[in-house]
Amino acid sequence: MRFDSLVDSVGHTPLVGLPRLSPSPDVRLWAKLEDRNPTGSVKDRAALWMIADAEKRGRLHPGATVLEPTSGNTGISLAMVCLQRGYRLVCVMPENTSVERRQLLRMWGAEVIFSPAAGGSNEAVAVAKRIAADNPDWVMLYQYGNPANAQAHFDSTGPELLADLPTMTHFVAGLGTSGTLMGVGRYLREHAPDVRIVAAEPRYGELVYGLRNIDEGFVPELYDPAILDARFSVGPRDALARTRELVELEGVFAGISTGAILHAALAQAERAVAAGIRADIAFIVCDGGWKYLSTGAYSGTLDEAARALEGQLWA
Amino acid sequence: MAVQVRIPTILRSYTGGEKAVSGSGGTLAELIDDLDGRYEGIKARLVTDDGSLHRFVNVYVNDEDVRFLGSLSAPLADGDDVTILPAVAGG
Repeated sequence: MRFDSLVDSVGHTPLVGLPRLSPSPDVRLWAKLEDRNPTGSVKDRAALWMIADAEKRGRLHPGATVLEPTSGNTGISLAMVCLQRGYRLVCVMPENTSVERRQLLRMWGAEVIFSPAAGGSNEAVAVAKRIAADNPDWVMLYQYGNPANAQAHFDSTGPELLADLPTMTHFVAGLGTSGTLMGVGRYLREHAPDVRIVAAEPRYGELVYGLRNIDEGFVPELYDPAILDARFSVGPRDALARTRELVELEGVFAGISTGAILHAALAQAERAVAAGIRADIAFIVCDGGWKYLSTGAYSGTLDEAARALEGQLWA
Repeated sequence: MAVQVRIPTILRSYTGGEKAVSGSGGTLAELIDDLDGRYEGIKARLVTDDGSLHRFVNVYVNDEDVRFLGSLSAPLADGDDVTILPAVAGG
């Protein structure tokens, strides 16, 4: 396949069957390999759509500065797009994220401002909003509330999935900004309304939930629970166990958030088997495992690996 | 009916610092009333004045979000694990 430039190659990722993890020929799991995007994550889609939308609306001009709160992947994707389009990128990232993420951000030319570990991404959002107020000429794309984030998946991920798997019965993805679930979910509601839309959200260590007050909580503006049929919280031990199974049984080397998604997908598979119904369950592989090697996720016992993730934003 | 309830850091001032407590009830609403009987004030942090779950509070029964199981009417069974967490940003 030939493309005019790297950003033109975003999307059109493979959907691969997982015959060894699937419980039976009637209940099958399918992995959408989003690590095959230019910077290796599903966030390339949102980044490209948000930048293109801002350009279309006249918010971005040559040499503009883009600002974004991110725990990593969105920042890396934005850095790749900004580099090609001639924008400067400033990312606000929690300090409790893997070292590879900061190395990659800087490699693609982004500047990184760290926010305190306590409070996780909530704190990064708060810090970015303060910086935006002090720099009114900077453009904050704000993935949590930018409709172009979900639109990327309505326009690309959703149609790709349904074209490759017209018999799909379930779609399972991670819940962060909710962009993937809202975009693909809305597309499927319109074109395949019987597909169950299932969210898997990471459950972090206590430090990340260290708010001073419940009213400091955060729900992304994009999030609409009416699009979902179920939502599961997955802890680090289950996520790690599934991440390892995925590479050991199927050869798919994925990041830890994908393990959390697979855990929820397998729960749907078990329910289908118990109910004696056919199921084709598609789920998102958010990124590859490369960025998480330093966390110890793939070596030692599960308990050791889970302990090493305590306090980290692993998804 | 006994269930295990995991309490987030931010609400442990009500449980004397306990990370997990046991409670009882056939629904989430009954469980919260039961907890409020022993840990007075905790209900007001979880449920709004108009009787719905607080927007920034997530409650999970066996890791599934109760908002998709009937919210405060979500049924509970003996041995269920209930987890309470504040809503935080991902991404």
